Amino acid sequence: MPCVKPDGTLEPMAQAIIRVLRTPHTAEEICESLRLPLYRVRSTVRELVEARLVAEADGQFSLTGAGAERVRQQS
Amino acid sequence: MDAGTPGTSIPSLPRLGQSAPAFQAETTHGTIRLADFAGSWLILFSHPADFTPVCTTEIVAFAQIAPELRQRNVELLGLSIDSTYSHIAWVRAIEQHFKATIPFPIIADLNKEIATLYGMIMPGESKTETSRCVFVIDPNGILRAMIYYPLTTGRNTDEILRLIDALQATDKHSVATPANWRPGDKVILPPPKTIEGAAERLKAGYECADWFFCKIELPKDG
Repeated sequence: MPCVKPDGTLEPMAQAIIRVLRTPHTAEEICESLRLPLYRVRSTVRELVEARLVAEADGQFSLTGAGAERVRQQS
Repeated sequence: MDAGTPGTSIPSLPRLGQSAPAFQAETTHGTIRLADFAGSWLILFSHPADFTPVCTTEIVAFAQIAPELRQRNVELLGLSIDSTYSHIAWVRAIEQHFKATIPFPIIADLNKEIATLYGMIMPGESKTETSRCVFVIDPNGILRAMIYYPLTTGRNTDEILRLIDALQATDKHSVATPANWRPGDKVILPPPKTIEGAAERLKAGYECADWFFCKIELPKDG
């Protein structure tokens, strides 16, 4: 899972995205917020969902408990 | 055994107007699926190998048109039968020696899965390298254009920009584009399909050489 490094820390883009997801966003809103191409957001968010740091509901992405804890650790 | 030799199966190739074959790939930007590009145009292109001179000129040329493509809602995605580590080293070498940043991902297709799926390998030229292929995929995932160049000949990225402009003009205005068309040039109206339509076309005030050959100017924004 490229967005999560072998030591469990997140790649810079994944870190930026979970910081944005302190409030729920759609993929398009994440793109606008971070000025990233949509394909990059979709692929990274998919991996964050697989890592159970982010959850999706009705097109909105938000942090899971583990994701919120990860943001706290980064702050 | 070469392709074309009796007993050799020739893989099916993608077809214009059909859905582009789906894939998931390891790239220099992480794991990417074709579906991740939904809503954008995509130029999927292959090169024979990293750290080769013609490919280096091409990847730099693609990087140079990337901003113009982005303005047109077009993403770029490269591919070769090399590892991600090779791609990363090549991209870094290009930054160092050619002062060019490669802003798009490059697929590491070591198992030739995507190269085979898209018919990028021409066994008559090389069984281990992809030819210089370009696949233009529209926002709905439909394959709209293909270009194949041999190993010896670098592609013309100006033509690729022109092709994108032509395809987008076609979609926006339901017209066709003549040979060597450029944005701002007149476009071609689809020919009428009935006798009545042919007669009406000639009375409609278009610039017509004959009933089947009529041109119009596009609105200035188009």
